[in-house]
Amino acid sequence: MGNRIIRSIVAAAAAALALAMPAARAQPVEVSFYYPVAVGGPITKIIDGLAADFERENPQIKLKPIYSGSYQESITKALTAVKSGEPPVMSILLSTDMFTLIDEDAIVPFDGLLKTPDDQAWAKSFFPAFMENSQTGGKTWGIPFQRSTIVLYWNKEAFKEAGLDPNKAPANWREQVEFAQKLTKRDASGKVTQWGIQIPSSGFPYWLFQALAIQAGTNLMNATGTETYYDRPEVIAGLTYWVDLVKKYKVHPEGIVEWGTTPKDFFEKKVAMMWTTTGNLTNVKNNAKFDFGVAMLPAGKQRGSPTGGGNFYIFKKSTPAQREAAFKFIKWVTTPQRAAQWGIDTGYVAVRGDAWDTPVMKQYVAGFPAAAVARDQLPYAKAELSTHDNQRVTKALNDGLQAALTGTKTPEQAMKDAQREAERLLRPFKK
Amino acid sequence: MTRTTQWLYGWLLLLPAMVLLALFTHYPAVATLWQSFFSTPRGSRPSVFVGVDNYRQLADDPIFWQALGNNFWYAAGTIPASIVIAILMAVWVNERIAGRGLLRLAYFTPTVLPMIAVANIWLFFYTPEYGLLARFLDAFGAGSHNWLGSKSTALPALMLVTVWKEAGFFMIFYLAALQSMSPHLAEAAAIEGASRWYYFRRVTFPLLMPTTLFVLVNAVINAFRLIDHIFVMTRGGPDNATALLLYYVYEVGFRFWDTAYAAALTVVLLALLALVALAQFFFLERRVHYQ
Repeated sequence: MGNRIIRSIVAAAAAALALAMPAARAQPVEVSFYYPVAVGGPITKIIDGLAADFERENPQIKLKPIYSGSYQESITKALTAVKSGEPPVMSILLSTDMFTLIDEDAIVPFDGLLKTPDDQAWAKSFFPAFMENSQTGGKTWGIPFQRSTIVLYWNKEAFKEAGLDPNKAPANWREQVEFAQKLTKRDASGKVTQWGIQIPSSGFPYWLFQALAIQAGTNLMNATGTETYYDRPEVIAGLTYWVDLVKKYKVHPEGIVEWGTTPKDFFEKKVAMMWTTTGNLTNVKNNAKFDFGVAMLPAGKQRGSPTGGGNFYIFKKSTPAQREAAFKFIKWVTTPQRAAQWGIDTGYVAVRGDAWDTPVMKQYVAGFPAAAVARDQLPYAKAELSTHDNQRVTKALNDGLQAALTGTKTPEQAMKDAQREAERLLRPFKK
Repeated sequence: MTRTTQWLYGWLLLLPAMVLLALFTHYPAVATLWQSFFSTPRGSRPSVFVGVDNYRQLADDPIFWQALGNNFWYAAGTIPASIVIAILMAVWVNERIAGRGLLRLAYFTPTVLPMIAVANIWLFFYTPEYGLLARFLDAFGAGSHNWLGSKSTALPALMLVTVWKEAGFFMIFYLAALQSMSPHLAEAAAIEGASRWYYFRRVTFPLLMPTTLFVLVNAVINAFRLIDHIFVMTRGGPDNATALLLYYVYEVGFRFWDTAYAAALTVVLLALLALVALAQFFFLERRVHYQ
């Protein structure tokens, strides 16, 4: 009811304003655009620059980027805006928000906008691994933009000190343990001064864990977002491996490892190998005072990592002209040239194969080969965990993982409990 | 002035406060109660009346019970500690000592800092291996501990931050009360040969009771309300060890978008706070001596 009152006030104010203004000629189409950036900085400038360039080429379209905080804050703001009836025209939100946005009836699929063969070819130009989280039920709901995967960073100096080949990262789980054992340093009293490896487990442990599960042989959910496989033997094997790094081999810090301080731990040489997002590449490049390497995650039964990051979505409550304009911008900003430049400027993985063939990207990779690791890992990458009632189903897994890592439950017990909770939550979505 | 204009005048004076209260306090509270009896609308499925289903779900929700338990320990740990420390600090900075102004300022600083900034500072204190606490303990040869990353120490670690933050704030109230206390009392007690402890116990502390009641009410409310640091430091983890009631309400409401269930949780929180406040006023009022 409150919404209706607010809406009528807004409408009245808008009407008054319209009366006061002289009739405008050739109204430009205004496209509001939520963009997740916590604070102003280099990325804000890049986006503003792109918007200005686009407007210069398309004077009839007016872009309005609205910086909406972290991903979490952005989805909160977007859904609040949907509920109050004033959503943005488009937004970048996590690819895993797809089912939530569909269930809230907030977005439209892109299929209706793909009219020409050119458009259809464009929609097929993205890496398939990124499209797994962007399509469901035969429709395309999101377009990949700022996407990432998990990679392993290692300290080459620490490798040298431990008598390891500084140019060779662990290729599989066995090597990962062996290397980590050699890299874990203890002082005379037995206290650890340098850990072998660190996999962060605060906030969203499911994402890093998902890599272990995929490496052990299975992903965590089905493609339609109605089933999870938390209690499969492979999943339990993945978690057991993680817990073993802590309890059995004692090469990984105990308890919950903070995501935010993990890069700092790496810079401070408190840990010799870390798993974190490719999005940290620029950060590590600028702050590590030693020679470091970037590698694909080690293989269990197979290699694997989930994808991560954000997609473009177009909201339902928009005029056809606004949708067309938003679509035009999305196509414009994902051309090979711009996708390549965006990847170079930010550290995100350029989202389409031909972006990596552009001269500017080739030159960048030649000077900084680590940038291509994420791309090379993409053939092994799988969709990030995403289901209906996503946040809750994911929380069930997060809680289970933290219970196992802090030692209050066995991996098997933790995953069985998480699965039971997820099944309860997903029951209404199974038809 | 006729009776009508007088009547009108009175209501007009009341109007601004009434409108604000009704709009931002009473209407939301009633709307929350109302919504807690309906299901959450989702996209094409509108909200329907479900009676007490949300409350039944609440009774079966282990995380709710854990959050409630956490909140109980959180309150039991932070309220007495911050009040005792506040009184001690107030008595201490009330005496004539060198650098008194600076000392008062130092105690009050945590209150002035925004909670999010405070949480980030403490996050660094608690960082294993090279955090301030780890370095300090290292000097004594103690091993490093992951304070925020283990289920048994995460909540006490957050409680410490709260006590640190709140004690300085409460100190200000006690200091004001102490300053308004007549020096004759202390002189009379000294002549009678009362020890300092006896004087504190029988004179100062009873006279501080009105302040204590006020502080206690505030402390209880804050124990349920102050959750900013949880967002920065633990996000309710590990495995819900630091999930407090209001944090859980936020999570259910704005992360899971289960607004109806969040409304039911809010009603429980409101009822709980109302009960505690009533109890405080009824039982403690009798023991408070107003001057």
